[in-house]
Amino acid sequence: MTAAGATRPRPSGPPLLPRPFRVLATRPETADTTTLTIEPADGVPLAFAAGQFTMLGTFGGAEAPISVTSSPAAGPVEQTIRDMGGVTHDLTTAAPGHMLTVRGPYGTGWDITDGVGGDLVFVAGGIGLAPLRSALLEALANRAAYRRVVLLYGARTPAEQVFRDDLARWAAGEGDVALAVTVDRADRGWAGPVGLVTSLIPGAGFDPASTLALVCGPEVMMRFVAMALIDAGVPAGRIRISLERNMKCGIGLCGHCQLRELFICTDGPVLGYDRLAGLMTVREL
Amino acid sequence: MKIRSIADYLSAHPFFADLDAGSLAELAGCAVNEHIRAGEYLFREGHPAEHFYLVTRGRIALELFSPATGPHVLDSAGEGEVLDWPWLIPPHRWFFDGRAVEPTSVVSLDAACLRGKCEADPRLGFELAIRAAQTMSHRLQATRARLLDMYAAP
Repeated sequence: MTAAGATRPRPSGPPLLPRPFRVLATRPETADTTTLTIEPADGVPLAFAAGQFTMLGTFGGAEAPISVTSSPAAGPVEQTIRDMGGVTHDLTTAAPGHMLTVRGPYGTGWDITDGVGGDLVFVAGGIGLAPLRSALLEALANRAAYRRVVLLYGARTPAEQVFRDDLARWAAGEGDVALAVTVDRADRGWAGPVGLVTSLIPGAGFDPASTLALVCGPEVMMRFVAMALIDAGVPAGRIRISLERNMKCGIGLCGHCQLRELFICTDGPVLGYDRLAGLMTVREL
Repeated sequence: MKIRSIADYLSAHPFFADLDAGSLAELAGCAVNEHIRAGEYLFREGHPAEHFYLVTRGRIALELFSPATGPHVLDSAGEGEVLDWPWLIPPHRWFFDGRAVEPTSVVSLDAACLRGKCEADPRLGFELAIRAAQTMSHRLQATRARLLDMYAAP
């Protein structure tokens, strides 16, 4: 479970009222994934916690829940979107200068300060690195507060890794991040590990008793990772997972994102595995 | 500089974790260190599996060659991992190529010697069979999960 009573940024105005944001820059991550840098047209900064999301949309169009991927401490707001259909296609193809709508931020955050003094282990799969990147940048801005900072990343192929510039910097030693990347499929151009991201856990060298683990990726992958972390000795209550559901209102009214007693838009998206373990394998939830 | 014995390498490797000193000494009699350069093959598809390898440095890619599409890297084993289980399971044959993707060191245990130790000491044999089965189980579960192609667009 995330920190009890943690206060997190909330929408600066009426919670359902979209704010206009301008696209400052776009950065292709993979063939179907793009990172947008956006700024508020009304001049009011978007305060957010790492792990929170916004409802990002186009004027006259629909919205999609998108995590913030930039540092909550500094710099412009970045959001990474995968082109999965109508709304996300419009978002990933928005050019600099284009105006978008933003509601939020919504939901819970990673609350990495609960890991101060211990090891932080980030486990990401595919585009799941996007919400974790925000927390990782937050940790690196206060690097001395943590012992080992580990990033284990699994991607489909080498070409489908996101944030390759960041990965290259961290691999080169920046931020003292213990980085390991594996892919599901590779040709001979890839000299790194090939296999499921769980295979990186035994060699990651963290102290399970002092670890706060943050996991984001496809839900099946997160279940496997959570079990592997528990097998490695990390308590379930120290494993946090970011769930994705069909969010609509973002404020716990519409029920689209309901997972039995939980509204993922307000109780999540970041939740403790001790709270989720019994829910993630229940069908039709 | 302290020179590490084969028994030191075995005791430090996760596959042999917590094995008693007597068993480690027995197994060390089957083992030698090997070093191979990047690009060299440790074993080839279809060849007899005459050794069991503990990777102590570097990485071995498990590859399958297709005449139509070339070599595919299906899996890999790095420091702390093992290759594989054909030393234990008949027909004792490699089903993939094992190619070093970087300079790699392994402890190479002679398969016939290892099986002989297991037959002579069924308690040790059972222990090693369980550990080999755990390796197979982990690899099988991971392979099944990868069959989902989880990171592909739904």
